[in-house]
Amino acid sequence: MPILKTEKLTHTYSIKTPFEHVAISDIDFEVSKGEYLGLIGATGSGKSTLIGHLNGLLKPTSGSVFYDGTSIHESKKRTREIRFKVGLVFQYPEYQLFEATVFEDIAFGPKNMGLQDSEVNERVLEAARFVDLDSSLLEKSPFELSGGEKRRAAIAGVIAMRPEVLILDEPTAGLDPRGQAQIMRNIAHYKDAYNTTVILVTHNMEEVARSVDRLVVLNKGSVFASGTPAEIFMSAEKLFELGLAPPKASMIASRLRSFGLATRPDIYTIEQLRQSLNLLRGGEQSGGDDNAS
Amino acid sequence: MLRDITLGQYFPGNTVVHRLDPRTKLTLMIVYITALFMAKGLFAYLFMFSILILCLVVSKIKPRAVLSGLRPIFIIMIFTVVLNIFFVRGETVLFKWQFITVTKEGVVTAAYMASRLLMLIVGTFLLTYTTSPITLTDGLERMLGPLKKIKVPVHEFAMMMSIALRFIPTLIEETDKIMSAQKSRGADFESGGLIKKAKALLPIIVPLFISAFRRADDLATAMECRCYHGGEGRTKMKVLRLAFRDYLAFLCSAAVVASVVLLGIFT
Ligand SMILES: Nc1ncnc2c1ncn2[C@@H]1O[C@H](COP(=O)(O)OP(=O)(O)OP(=O)(O)O)[C@@H](O)[C@H]1O
Ligand SMILES: [Mg+2]
Repeated sequence: MPILKTEKLTHTYSIKTPFEHVAISDIDFEVSKGEYLGLIGATGSGKSTLIGHLNGLLKPTSGSVFYDGTSIHESKKRTREIRFKVGLVFQYPEYQLFEATVFEDIAFGPKNMGLQDSEVNERVLEAARFVDLDSSLLEKSPFELSGGEKRRAAIAGVIAMRPEVLILDEPTAGLDPRGQAQIMRNIAHYKDAYNTTVILVTHNMEEVARSVDRLVVLNKGSVFASGTPAEIFMSAEKLFELGLAPPKASMIASRLRSFGLATRPDIYTIEQLRQSLNLLRGGEQSGGDDNAS
Repeated sequence: MLRDITLGQYFPGNTVVHRLDPRTKLTLMIVYITALFMAKGLFAYLFMFSILILCLVVSKIKPRAVLSGLRPIFIIMIFTVVLNIFFVRGETVLFKWQFITVTKEGVVTAAYMASRLLMLIVGTFLLTYTTSPITLTDGLERMLGPLKKIKVPVHEFAMMMSIALRFIPTLIEETDKIMSAQKSRGADFESGGLIKKAKALLPIIVPLFISAFRRADDLATAMECRCYHGGEGRTKMKVLRLAFRDYLAFLCSAAVVASVVLLGIFT
């Protein structure tokens, strides 16, 4: 049973003005409990708009959003409860830190949940640990942190609420490779610890290739395709048409195939590529001819 | 949402009204307001009203845009009407109940006041809906140019104004973002009484100010890097020039004023 689900979800910005703009239309989308879902699509395809609906920040122009089978807009109380269950980390969240210290900023969510001070304290420390934030940073002002630290503080602010579903909008954009890897690791740790459902919006195909169970591709406000990374990345031409590209490994494999090397068609990570090449090499060693460098 | 506020918003277009020089439009605005106050009698009002409608039609402004812009000032209109109906004394009493008297003169004055106010406001909409804020300040700067001779820092004022205008949407967007961030972590802006709502706004104002100051700082640096040093010796990329249509507009407005005055005298 899906934990979050949308039915015929449509959103029009600035409706009934000359600036009217349909950002998403008729989206049927669902995510099951414990799933790691990747959401990809070209710039402006409506990813941020879609996830804005999943915790009730944006109100659908038409259509509905269900959490655990009931609509999240049933009552104001329900919407507010959903905000604690569906944690949303915005695109560039570092610009949205607002408290005087990092500690207080992370504590904002748990406090609003009405938790005891000791519990709040514990959750803040735990969240900071999950994102590798040094405890010496907690007493600083958010404005004194580096970009990557701010980003991690913002993620901590959401996971401190221990949401059932964690949604991250391009959490690694604009960070160096190490910072990117670190955040992806942090997310994986948190997911393993609480069996959280995770929705990851990203433009980084290598990243989704490595981590997610299923991919949903958006194009111009509609769901274009949905499936395992292997299924999605096999149809490279279609992805190119949408302004996306499959991961490097999958492109190399298909290039090799065009040279007549029998690599498998469902390769999309470096590891799989290496395995496949090793197999080939093993098979052709007697021939001695190897141009797969 | 916050950003759907339409008061004083610019709707891009390419009609004659859009293309008029901002100085022309500002002048016509002043003329229009003067004419409104000179208008006497039903016919003069009707005449001004039809001129206004004509301009709205020519500039292709959607009636809905005008109506939604009027919403915030609806209260003021009601207030004016009520005040006039009940407090203007006259001879023909229409209605009397205890100490409340409504006279015919009161009703008439109220109707005139309300329509004058309405036309005044819709007229200013016409200006702001068809002129981008930047062009508008540019026009103002040029018109007030002579004041530079008596050491009024006209350029600096104009620059301040265009920066302020430029950043209003940015600040609104920022407020929206911070509110969303806080809402998705359980902040409650909707329920509770006025005091509770006002209190919930406080945590928004602080980060908003901080970011506004940071922005100002960045902007100042960026301007300095590009050698900005005030208005002296500064030239414009788009120099304002009056075209034939501007002179035509002046001519029309003179005719309108004359007609209004004549209508006032002869009816
Ligand atoms: N507040 C808004 N007002 C009006 N239009 C908007 C607003 N936010 C987004 N849009 C428009 O809606 C469309 C979808 O935007 P959205 O932010 O959901 O895209 P996205 O897939 O997240 O893109 P990106 O990868 O660049 O983050 C875009 O065409 C955008 O211009
Ligand atoms: Mg986005």
